[in-house]
Amino acid sequence: MFGAYVPLSYYLLLSAILFACGVVGFLIKRNIITIFMSIELMLNGVNLSFVAFAAHWHALAGQVFVFFVMVVAAAETAVGLAIIIAVYRTRETLNVDQVNLLKL
Amino acid sequence: MHLILFLIFAAVCVAGAVNLLAQRHPINSALSLIAVMAALAGEYLLLGAEFVAAVQVIVYAGAIMVLFVFVIMLLNAGVEEQTKGSRVAVLFGVPGVLTGAVLTAWVLLRHSGTEAVALGALPGHPIEIAHLLFHDFLLPFEVTSVLILIAIMGAVVLAGKPEAEERKAG
Repeated sequence: MFGAYVPLSYYLLLSAILFACGVVGFLIKRNIITIFMSIELMLNGVNLSFVAFAAHWHALAGQVFVFFVMVVAAAETAVGLAIIIAVYRTRETLNVDQVNLLKL
Repeated sequence: MHLILFLIFAAVCVAGAVNLLAQRHPINSALSLIAVMAALAGEYLLLGAEFVAAVQVIVYAGAIMVLFVFVIMLLNAGVEEQTKGSRVAVLFGVPGVLTGAVLTAWVLLRHSGTEAVALGALPGHPIEIAHLLFHDFLLPFEVTSVLILIAIMGAVVLAGKPEAEERKAG
C-alpha cells in the first residue's frame, strides 16, 4: 500500500531540522526567554529521534529515555525560569546583550 | 496514509519552528512552540508511542509551556530589541548552515534504502513502559525524584524575595 511505511530517515531529518532551528534560535535571539524556548525545541528534536529509533529497533528503552529527558527538561525549566526572574529583578531587562557584567 | 499524516505533522512542526525564530514577541514564539509540541505528539502517535504522546501533550505542551507563558506575562516581556549582527556571521553562517543541512539530508536519505519503520507495530503500551521504568530503570527513576526535589527548592530560593527585602518588610 502506498505510504504504509515512513522511512526512519524522514524522522531523523525532521529531528535534525528541529534541532537546527533550536540552535539557530539560541544563537540569533536576544530575548532570554526565547533563547530558553529554543533549548526546549532542541530537546524536542532529540526526543523525536529517540522515539524513532525506539520504533526502528523495537526497543522500548528509547521511550523511557524520552520520559527521563522530559523530566529533566521540566526541572531545568523550573530552575531556568526562576533564574530569569532573578535576572529581571536585578537587571530590569530581558535582553542578553545588556546582561554583560561578567564580560571583559 | 501514514506518510501523508507524517508530512502534515512535519510541515506543522517545521512551520512552527521557523515561526518561533521569525516572531519578535516572546508570546508569539511560545504559542508556535506549543504548536510544534502538539504536532510532535502526533508524530509520536504515528510511531506507536501512545504513552510518550500523552506525556508530551500533558507535560510539555501543558505544564512547561504554561510556565513559559506565565513568566512572559509576569515579566511583561515586550518586543525583542534588534541588534546588529556582524556581517561575517551572515557571510559565512548562511552558506555554512546550507552546506550542513544538505550534507545531513544527503547522508540520512542515502541510507534510507529498505529501512522502514512499521508504523504502529511497536508495542508502546503503558504497561510495558511501566515494567521497564520500575524494574530496569528503577534507580534512575528514584534519582530523578531527588533531582526534581532539588529543582523545586532551587526554583523557590531563586525566584523568592531577596533576604534584605524580606527583612525590611518584616
